[in-house]
Parts: sequence; structure tokens; C-alpha cells
Amino acid sequence: MKRDLILRVIAKLTLPFMLLFALYVQFHGELGPGGGFQAGVIAAGMVILHALIFGIREAKRIAPQALVERLVPLGVLIYAGTGIVGLLTGVNFLDYSRLGPDSPHGHEYGIFAVEVGVLVTVSSTMIAIFYAFVERGR
Amino acid sequence: MEALINMALLTLLAVVTVGIARQRNLFGAIILAGIYSFLMASLLVVLDAVDVAMTEASVGAGVSTVFLLAALHLARSMEQKPHHSPVLPMVVAVGVGAALFWGTVGLAPFGTPDNVIHKHVAPKYLADSLKETMVPNVVTSTLADYRGYDTLGETTVIFTAGVGVMLLLKGRRRRKAEAQSAKARSEAAQ
Repeated sequence: MKRDLILRVIAKLTLPFMLLFALYVQFHGELGPGGGFQAGVIAAGMVILHALIFGIREAKRIAPQALVERLVPLGVLIYAGTGIVGLLTGVNFLDYSRLGPDSPHGHEYGIFAVEVGVLVTVSSTMIAIFYAFVERGR
Repeated sequence: MEALINMALLTLLAVVTVGIARQRNLFGAIILAGIYSFLMASLLVVLDAVDVAMTEASVGAGVSTVFLLAALHLARSMEQKPHHSPVLPMVVAVGVGAALFWGTVGLAPFGTPDNVIHKHVAPKYLADSLKETMVPNVVTSTLADYRGYDTLGETTVIFTAGVGVMLLLKGRRRRKAEAQSAKARSEAAQ
């Protein structure tokens, strides 16, 4: 699809807004619909659209395969790590009440950290699966 | 009005389902599956489950359609004729469907507010979420805090699925490369 002018122009115009929408869904998930899972899929969708329009090599320049494959376990580690930090502060696993100055703030920070973990794992897993399919197809 | 929208969406869902079952061309089946997910997302919006609708639209209609098309790229595009008779699967499908239908008879009417599941922990979450977690969206606080273990498990499932697909799709190529390098080494030794 590299030669299709309309697709290229429309993709170039919409790609930044897709990433912006993913970030909005991620950081606005506390107030409106959405969260780490949805934001991760939308961010991965941006990279996949980029790969479909401009080719897999261009996509690997903005999301290198080695980095993506390392981010897959990192998200789970961020999530579980937040739980272990809770353990170290003297409460139960995944209890965020001592992560902040008081219990409600601690819960707010804990939810934020956990959502970041979900975002990292979901987006990188989707991109890594897509790369694996493309590699196999060649 | 809402009933009308529901009826239209459910009718379209039924039509698309029959279309998927009858479709022998896998490309058409994948596109119909994407349409099915999108209709499902619209239905979830009507049910006021916006978070789930967003997930269904992005995962069901978006990414899984791309993955299925990528998988189709590795396979043949026409469905093969099954080698066995379709009678046994038909009996199993009708049996399971009948059991599920029988199960719905025992459920409380749709949307009953004093249903058992709405009286357990849900009122506490709805009342205390903002006070306890400073997060106004109860869906987020339930997923990430009150039910944090479940979401950790869910994230681990995504991780496991990704690792599994990567191992399956990359495995043989690496083995071939290893065999080649071993061959090169043995040749160099001679």
C-alpha cells in the first residue's frame, strides 16, 4: 500500500491523533471510560496501521522489535512490583493504602501505577504478535 | 426508542451470525466477525457499559480482525470440507444451546435492581469508591483496586498469550538457523 496516495495522506493525518487518543484514554481512565487495556490496544493499533501503510521496516523504526519484546514482561513486573511495594510498606499484596501521604492518595497512585503496567504489557504484546505474524508470512 | 435500537442491533447480530456460519470464504468470515464485534460494541453502548464497549470495539473489531487477516495470510483462504459427518457437532451445539436457554429461564428479569448480584459488594463499591480511592470512575477503581488480583491475572494472561504466539511462530525458523549454523560449524571442522 506504499504507493496509495490517499491512504498515505489520511494515515499521516490520523496517526498522531490515534496516539493522542490512546494517551487520553490512559490518563483519563480515572474520570471517564477506558484505562490501560483500551489505551494499550489503541496505541498498538497505531503502530499496526503505520506498518500496514508504510511497511514493516518503517514501523520497526518507531517501535523496535527488541524493545517491544522486552516491554512484554516489563508491564507485568510493574503491576506485580506495585503489589510488592505494598507488601514492603507493611500491608497486603496489592494494597495501595500506604503508597501516598494518606490512604485515598495511596490508592490513587497505586491505580495509576497498575494501569501503566497494563498499558505496557497490552500494547507491546499486540505489537509483538503482529511482528511475529509478519515475519512468518515473509 | 431504546427497545427499537436493541431490536435492530440484535436482528443484525443474528443475520451476521448466520452469515459467518454459512460463509466458506475465510476472508469474508473474518470481515463478518469484525462487523459482529462492532454491532456488539454498539449494543454495549446502549446497555451503558461504555468501558466494555470500548474494549470490544478496539480488541474485537480492530486488533483481532488484523490478527485473523495476518493468520489468513499464512493459510489457505477457503474453508476445507470437513472429513466427518456434521451430525455429532450439530447434536452437541443444539444440546448446549438448549441448556443455556433453559438456564436463562431461572435468571431474574433483565435490569432488576434488587437482583442478588446487585446486593453483594456492588453498593459498597459505588458508595465508597470516590472516598477510598479518589477515582470517580467506579469501573477503574473496581478493576485496578478492589479487584486488583483479577486484573493482575488478566495482564498475566495477555503476557502468556503473547509469549505463546511468539514461540509458535518464531520457533521453527530459529531451529532452521541453528541447524544451518551447526552444519556450517561441522563443515568448518572438516
